[in-house]
Amino acid sequence: MDPARLLPLAFALGLAPLLLGVVNRTKAIVAGRRGAPFTQPYRDIGKLLRKGAVYSGTTTWLFRAGPVGGLAATLAAVTLTPLGGAPATVSFPGDLVLFAGLLALARFLTVLAALDTGSAFEGMGASREVQFSALAEPALLVALAALARATGGLSLTDIAGGLGAAAWAESGPSLLLAALALGAVLLAENARIPVDDPNTHLELTMVHEVMVLDHGGPDLALVLYGSALKLWAFGALLVAAALPVRTGSALPDAAAGVGGLFASAVLVGVVESTMARLRLVRVPQFLVGAGALAALAFVLVGK
Amino acid sequence: MTSGADAVLAGVAVTNFWLLGASRLGHSIRVTAAQGILLGFLPLLAAGADGGALSLRVLALVAASVLLKGLLFPRLLFRGIREASIRREIEPYVGFTTSLVLGLVLLAVSLGIGTRLPLPHRPVSTLAVPIALFTMLSGLFLIVSRRKALTQVLGYLVLEDGIYAFGVLAVGEIPLLVEFGVLLDAFVAVFAMGIAIHRIHREFDHIDADRLKVLRG
Repeated sequence: MDPARLLPLAFALGLAPLLLGVVNRTKAIVAGRRGAPFTQPYRDIGKLLRKGAVYSGTTTWLFRAGPVGGLAATLAAVTLTPLGGAPATVSFPGDLVLFAGLLALARFLTVLAALDTGSAFEGMGASREVQFSALAEPALLVALAALARATGGLSLTDIAGGLGAAAWAESGPSLLLAALALGAVLLAENARIPVDDPNTHLELTMVHEVMVLDHGGPDLALVLYGSALKLWAFGALLVAAALPVRTGSALPDAAAGVGGLFASAVLVGVVESTMARLRLVRVPQFLVGAGALAALAFVLVGK
Repeated sequence: MTSGADAVLAGVAVTNFWLLGASRLGHSIRVTAAQGILLGFLPLLAAGADGGALSLRVLALVAASVLLKGLLFPRLLFRGIREASIRREIEPYVGFTTSLVLGLVLLAVSLGIGTRLPLPHRPVSTLAVPIALFTMLSGLFLIVSRRKALTQVLGYLVLEDGIYAFGVLAVGEIPLLVEFGVLLDAFVAVFAMGIAIHRIHREFDHIDADRLKVLRG
């Protein structure tokens, strides 16, 4: 295999927690604080890995399998994700469906682990998470389908490779709409404002956070790293759609992709600092709106 | 190659979805105004695509429709809100999420019809007829699915926007007199409805269309 194809995976594994650091730092700066250092997520993960885990007597093996399986599925999804124009480590026609499926699998395992604790709050969070993702997933798939139709590629790598300046000149409006839809899905899937607040620790308002409330130590480290990788994967898709830098060789493309990713992390931080969270009943509307944008993008392509 | 008309039509479709999901009156009025302005510039793009010179006729039409839809109508409607001192929420019969999903259905229907509709000559953009139909249908939907009399005015304006887009893009050479007649009609309608809303409010203390069922002497 071409060693250059390992580049996006290496970047993702190494730099994903830094993305969370950039989001948090942006939020701190906008709020007028200095904020934690960029490497804080790495330190958190390191600290958690050195701790021991506590398991409730009511939980079964499902609870222990949740973080491990979730991280494994997310990692598999990351191997399919191209970085800007740089090709992904693994790609084959139709891998965009597998991408969505692996992320759904990761979510399913997290939900199972949450339900396994028997806590009423975790069940409520799981119910909300599944409800939102049921609406976010069609938006993601339709947006990817629109991009596939615009570029003629059937794998994520082909799609990302085809989204250069020429594609933007050809069908700019629909690419813009698809990128907007992907951005909305990114915010929803990564438990970001306006859908969910990653900082809240009030049981009634948490969605994603509440599901991992009972995990501790190494398990929580895996959950944290998994969520960083998930943010990386969605961010990479968004950058591939929105940043038409295609030089043709892997290294500059990957560098541009990493730059775009950190820019999108800053954007997420700014969105989080300037927007209030949506009322819970308005969230499905936000996601259906994203789906409508994606469908519109799909329709507009090639007209 | 994407023409400017395509981009404008995509923007119009987005404003339609926006209106279907918007829950605030003032917000809806502004989005409708934005839609009107977007559509107002369509004749310019349509004339540019034909390669013809920009005639005085086109410029007058653009100026008139942008001024009316972008400035005058929102002003009249905001005055309507202020004078009737109504609550700023929209209060739909059909929920916002359902409205958005139905909007998708309407878009599919308009695409189905719009691409089959036989036309005397090729429209400026293949999107023109479907998006114009979509705008008309969503205007109609806004009229029947929202409770306030003021939102029905907005629905009517969106419906008119759709007809206008259809006229400009699909039919092409509509006589100036007809265009201005349509604009004048819309103006009179909004004006009259503003007065009617004021009257309804004074008589009944609300403008909920579903409560206007009994005749009073």
